[in-house]
Amino acid sequence: MIPWFAIPGIALVAYGTYAGLFLAPADYQQGDAFRIIYVHVPAAYLSMMTYMVMAISAGIGLIWRIKLSHAVSAGAAPLGAWFTFLALITGSIWGRPMWGTWWEWGDPRLTSQLLMLFIYFGYMALRAAIDDPAKADKASGILAMVGAVNIPIIHFSVEWWSSLHQGATLVREGGPAMPVEMLYPLLANILGFTFIFGALLLGRVRTEVLFRERRKRWVRNLVFPEGGDA
Amino acid sequence: MNDAMAMGDYGAYVWSSFGLTLIVLAICVVQGVLRHKSVLRDVKTRIRAMESDQ
Repeated sequence: MIPWFAIPGIALVAYGTYAGLFLAPADYQQGDAFRIIYVHVPAAYLSMMTYMVMAISAGIGLIWRIKLSHAVSAGAAPLGAWFTFLALITGSIWGRPMWGTWWEWGDPRLTSQLLMLFIYFGYMALRAAIDDPAKADKASGILAMVGAVNIPIIHFSVEWWSSLHQGATLVREGGPAMPVEMLYPLLANILGFTFIFGALLLGRVRTEVLFRERRKRWVRNLVFPEGGDA
Repeated sequence: MNDAMAMGDYGAYVWSSFGLTLIVLAICVVQGVLRHKSVLRDVKTRIRAMESDQ
């Protein structure tokens, strides 16, 4: 099932990146620097979406005691951490020419995003520290759910407080504030990155399930098919 | 083409952002594959050990 996500994902990102870099007109205020949006926004969007996937599946796992749900949660965490890191670093590279600074301590959008990176790290460290999978699921699941309060804070930070970070461009009253030549490549990249995330997550969950069920009969049959010799 | 590569004066910022994105995506793929291989190897070792005991 992984290629079903990977192939459209790569195609969309190839189009979005090419069109974003070479076809879209330069921004009248930011010049060509605005093109960083084509990687920054998908990374930032996915960093939060992955968190929601992680927290919701942890919640489902805790309430209905579904092991697969915890495997999804555990598989999502490293991907979310990478997307968060990417959003922070591309934002920093964008901030340097636009704001004159790589980083601004105390800026609500920047610090709440950094906090999310630490929550991802905490989640993974907690899982790694507990040997008993059931206990690890429970403890890390609670952490993931509590940490979810940070998500609306990140999202609304640019409205609630004054921030260096620009306001919303896509989801705003009156529709996206962009001409279509800029908008379509961005939407393609957001959708494409989401497909790629889907492919990566499927792979991670498969590994996680295999690891959890390593003592089960079906795993033995999978690894050594038709009762062959080990 | 050189103009397009220069990105105004922002070439270094734009290209490093896109380059880093590619690197991070590549790391995500490689990390996933390596982890899968190591789990598969552990599973095989465990099964072999168990079955040779019998």
